[in-house]
Amino acid sequence: MNPGYYLVLSAALFTIGALGVLIRRNAIVVFMCVELMLNAVNLTLVTFSRINGTLDGQVMAFFVMVVAAAEVVVGLAIIVTIFRTRSSSSVDDASLLKW
Amino acid sequence: MDFAVLAQSVLAQAVQEGSTTGGGGTAEQVIFWILAPVAIGSAALMVLSRNAVHAALWLVVDFFCLAVFYVAQDAPFLAAVQVIVYTGAIMVLFLFVLMLVGVDRSDSLIETIRGQRVAALIAALGFVGLLIGGFGRSILDQPDVGLAEANTDGNVFGIARLLFTDYVFAFELTSALLIVAAIGAMVLAHKETARRPSQREQAIARFAGKHPAPLPGPGVYAGTPDTDEAPRLPTAGGPTDLSGTAFGGPA
Repeated sequence: MNPGYYLVLSAALFTIGALGVLIRRNAIVVFMCVELMLNAVNLTLVTFSRINGTLDGQVMAFFVMVVAAAEVVVGLAIIVTIFRTRSSSSVDDASLLKW
Repeated sequence: MDFAVLAQSVLAQAVQEGSTTGGGGTAEQVIFWILAPVAIGSAALMVLSRNAVHAALWLVVDFFCLAVFYVAQDAPFLAAVQVIVYTGAIMVLFLFVLMLVGVDRSDSLIETIRGQRVAALIAALGFVGLLIGGFGRSILDQPDVGLAEANTDGNVFGIARLLFTDYVFAFELTSALLIVAAIGAMVLAHKETARRPSQREQAIARFAGKHPAPLPGPGVYAGTPDTDEAPRLPTAGGPTDLSGTAFGGPA
């Protein structure tokens, strides 16, 4: 099996995630699209690891997962805080950098 | 004659490919061509579904597809981590926050910037065309070394050996990152509830102020029934607004 197909697939997934970030306005859905982009990059790293025959790509994908977990925790806490003060989770409403 | 040579070369290439991927050639192809459309479709449905909970569930489907791809590419440890961390922990966190924020708020379909969606779609198509078309030739001509050699001691062992030798500094940094993220999330999401002052504190505040006793009722110091005349204190005789001001204010 040609590993290039995995790279094409991850490019498509990354693009779909980027499209979602551009067109969706619910902050949580935007955040999910960011997660999809991170996962597409993980698939690329795992495929590169297989192409090169070393495990470095898998270790990097592992680090991406750790950072993504931390990022999700902080991001969702920010969304909850914004929702408390503005009672809205739309990214259009959080336009002023003050409460 | 030409066909025979061509078939022979294709066959030889297929055999070579099958041997380099560690024998998982056709099975991997079946898995890929079934699950790749599922992955793309669930990602697209996640972007397009108006209800945020539906989007989260489509994202779970996508994460499962990716976990299967990891298994197919000799990364069983990452597949387990993907299922446990992403579909287990992160998506549950997403759903918790969705329930906190309220699930009945679906996106409004009104565009705030005119033509934004069409522009975003064109940009996305251009981007994916650039990625696949621009790098396509070099992408599809990749060698396939395979991880059979690197995984001889087991995938987990191989990753652990790298993680605790070459990447040990980054590994220690992630521990700092995790503790910072946990504390940051607690600080951000913690809500300071306003405490009512106790009775003792209220009494102390009252005696520290100007009027320990309640203020006199309206009209206590009034000399006349007229409301336009300021009330006067009985001792000094000066105007006062202790028991309410006159109609025109203190004289």
